[in-house]
Amino acid sequence: MDAVVGPARAWHGAAVTAFLQVQAIKKQWAHTVTVGPITLDIARGEIVALLGPSGSGKTTMLRLLAGFETPDAGGGRIVVEGEDVTAMSPARRRFGMVFQHFALFPHLDVGANVAFGLRGRPDAARKTEEALRLVDLAGFERRKVQELSGGQQQRVALARALAPEPRVLLLDEPLSNLDPALRERTRRELRQLIKRVDITTVFVTHEQEEAFDLGDRVAVLNAGDLEQVGAPDELYERPATLFVATFVGRANVFRGAAARALGGPQGNDGLVVVRPERLRFAAAGLPGVVRERRYTGAAAFFLVESESGERFEVLAEPDAAKVGDRVFVEAERVIRVPETGR
Amino acid sequence: MSRRNAQIAGALVALLLAWLVLFPILVVARDAADGTALRAFFGRSGEWAALWASVWISLVSVALAAAIGVPLAFLFEWFDFPGRKTLGSLIALPVVLPPLVGVIAFLFLFGESGFIARTVQALFGLPEAPWRLQGPAAILLVHAYSMYVYFYLFTRAGLAKLDVSMLEAAQALGAGRWATIRRVALPLVRPSLVGAAILTFMTSLGSFSAPYIFGGGFRVMTTQIVATKLNGDLPLAMVETLALAVVAVVGLLLLRRTEGDDILVALGKGIAPRPRPIRSPRIRVLATVAGWGFAVLLLLPHVTLALVSLVPYGAWTTEILPPVLSFANYARLFSEAERLRPLLNSLWMSAVSTAIAVVLALVAGWLVVRRRVALRSAIEGLLALPWALPGTVFAIALAMTFSVHAPPLRWVLVGTVAILPLAYLVRALPLTGRALLAGYRQLDPALEEAAASLGAGRWRTLARVTLPQLRPGLAAGASLAFVAALGDIVASIVLYTYETRPISIEILSSLRLSETGVAAAFGVVLMVVSALVLGIGARR
Repeated sequence: MDAVVGPARAWHGAAVTAFLQVQAIKKQWAHTVTVGPITLDIARGEIVALLGPSGSGKTTMLRLLAGFETPDAGGGRIVVEGEDVTAMSPARRRFGMVFQHFALFPHLDVGANVAFGLRGRPDAARKTEEALRLVDLAGFERRKVQELSGGQQQRVALARALAPEPRVLLLDEPLSNLDPALRERTRRELRQLIKRVDITTVFVTHEQEEAFDLGDRVAVLNAGDLEQVGAPDELYERPATLFVATFVGRANVFRGAAARALGGPQGNDGLVVVRPERLRFAAAGLPGVVRERRYTGAAAFFLVESESGERFEVLAEPDAAKVGDRVFVEAERVIRVPETGR
Repeated sequence: MSRRNAQIAGALVALLLAWLVLFPILVVARDAADGTALRAFFGRSGEWAALWASVWISLVSVALAAAIGVPLAFLFEWFDFPGRKTLGSLIALPVVLPPLVGVIAFLFLFGESGFIARTVQALFGLPEAPWRLQGPAAILLVHAYSMYVYFYLFTRAGLAKLDVSMLEAAQALGAGRWATIRRVALPLVRPSLVGAAILTFMTSLGSFSAPYIFGGGFRVMTTQIVATKLNGDLPLAMVETLALAVVAVVGLLLLRRTEGDDILVALGKGIAPRPRPIRSPRIRVLATVAGWGFAVLLLLPHVTLALVSLVPYGAWTTEILPPVLSFANYARLFSEAERLRPLLNSLWMSAVSTAIAVVLALVAGWLVVRRRVALRSAIEGLLALPWALPGTVFAIALAMTFSVHAPPLRWVLVGTVAILPLAYLVRALPLTGRALLAGYRQLDPALEEAAASLGAGRWRTLARVTLPQLRPGLAAGASLAFVAALGDIVASIVLYTYETRPISIEILSSLRLSETGVAAAFGVVLMVVSALVLGIGARR
């Protein structure tokens, strides 16, 4: 399956038979902000994260998928299982959605919330029970939604979205409304659950860790454009753009002489990105002075200022240097990215 | 102020309020315990018919007002079409018509010698007016016109608070547009709908002008009470008043039970949906045309009133439109001392009652919310009580209580200049009280503490921090109270003297003398002043 929908193929928008196809979808807000055109193919059962800073268009993208926004005319299409759903209303699209604040109906109890999308089906009661059992809330039917904890509300929202057996599951910032202590555990449980149900999933997040942990592939958006799609390690090790390099993980950006000193390409436009853990103190290399030390336990971040005034971070053993030390820094691995564009 | 002094102040305010709003009702209850009157009330079918008429007119008014107001609220809150903003505010215009003014405007418009009737008569060459604007249908027409605004405004406010993701969640789960409205939107705005229903029911139960002018032989309880009182059968009037009060309280309690918790506050943290443009050009044109057509229909009474006010006495007989227009009526209004007087009376009496109601509410709010005095729930209940009872009940109760000299509780105030401002004050208390209690509750106590820590004394804190923060609520409550007093008819008709007669009484006597132009001119003045005051009160 990877061979068919791998990043390289999806990147060129090739006419492969992916389960969910986004083809040249575009949405213009007012006159200045434009999202897209975006093309993205998603395989059956795959979990894709839409990652980006606020205003990058990731929520718009999710809402376009759900059908709450209509894409601009001009040939853009959203296709599921070969069926064009671009003009279909959200009600008939059969996409399940979990909202950022869960949007549980406060006038209905847990059972009625989950059964909402099962109206008119003879097996509604059984399906409701199954969906609640799936999220580990069996027997919660008669509870009021206001009485539930944040984590329970999230699981009810998930059960409600899954009960009608949608074709695609959409999650809007699924963990942002939860206690930070709870997030890591919930993230793993959520991934296990989605994999167990085996449903194609797209979710939005602005946190890199969440995208990496939960998604099979991550689509990085910036200012309305899709910068790169790929597996987490690919994004981290081989970022296609400067934005992806700096947004995904910590990154030091070097230009000119400093870039060349670290082994970057020759020439004036030399620009390289080095991860803090790929820099180390050495006997020779780029000279500088340690300005700050931030201790994190297993290691420490050293803020180094070079002679030409560049400031960058080195991740090293806690006792590798002291504030005020004159040091030389060398790079184990540099990432070359173009200054702008893809 | 020390803790003990605050408690004493709380007790004094509670006593004063009890004397103002509770004592008169108790006097009525005692006087109603009269064997002959009770037998008369229970024996006569007319009494029961009037009571039943009050109830069913009120229920049908609620249904009609909801049928007009709720769909309009959805249309204006959810959809966008040309003129939406302008129309959205125009559509609330019936509020600026005080009840009596609205009624006479309808009389001039739809009455047997009104514009519409004359036009129909001329068009079809009929020998006489095609209809008479009388009976229950006429009353319901006026009620629906003036009260749908409650449903419109309340529902819009409810919809504006609604989280858009609730609606999207329903759609994502397969609910179509109507199912979303029926299964999600309407249940979520239920508190607003019940609030509007209560307000419409109470207003309609206490409505006096429409049944008084259009009732003909059809009596509701409010007109029945006033008629009995004017006939001099005081014990029977007491029984009738008490019966109306009981119906009002029972109705209020029944409606309250349907209200449910304020569920929107519990989970609502999202943003309201933005209005969606109507896409289909045909429906778009239809909505626009219907919207503007409706607005014109709503404005017809206002325009009619203005037009009639420009017709000199006796200048308009059988023509469809008046042949002569002039400002003669307005000139008379402001140049003849006897005409100017009711205007000035209404203005000063409304201003004084509003000012006292504001001061009382300020003190009560501070004692209830800030000092949390022992009697705080008593104070709050007493402030709200006049709202739960029709105006007629208080008019009769005050007339009875203050026509006897028995100090320290009862004084002869009927016939003096004090009685009407007192009656207006009682009606104003729930309006200013509710606004200022809510204002105090929203006010962060830390603001006053910050002022104190910066060295501001009690009065400086009040003037520079507390009052400016309370201003929006205060302005809203005060403007509503002032407009209610200005447009009052039922207390006025029971309690006025020739010297203190207010505008509404003058309008009635002008009508009786067939001086329709003068009555309309008074109506226009009332309408303009009400609109100005409400406009000022709504500024933020």
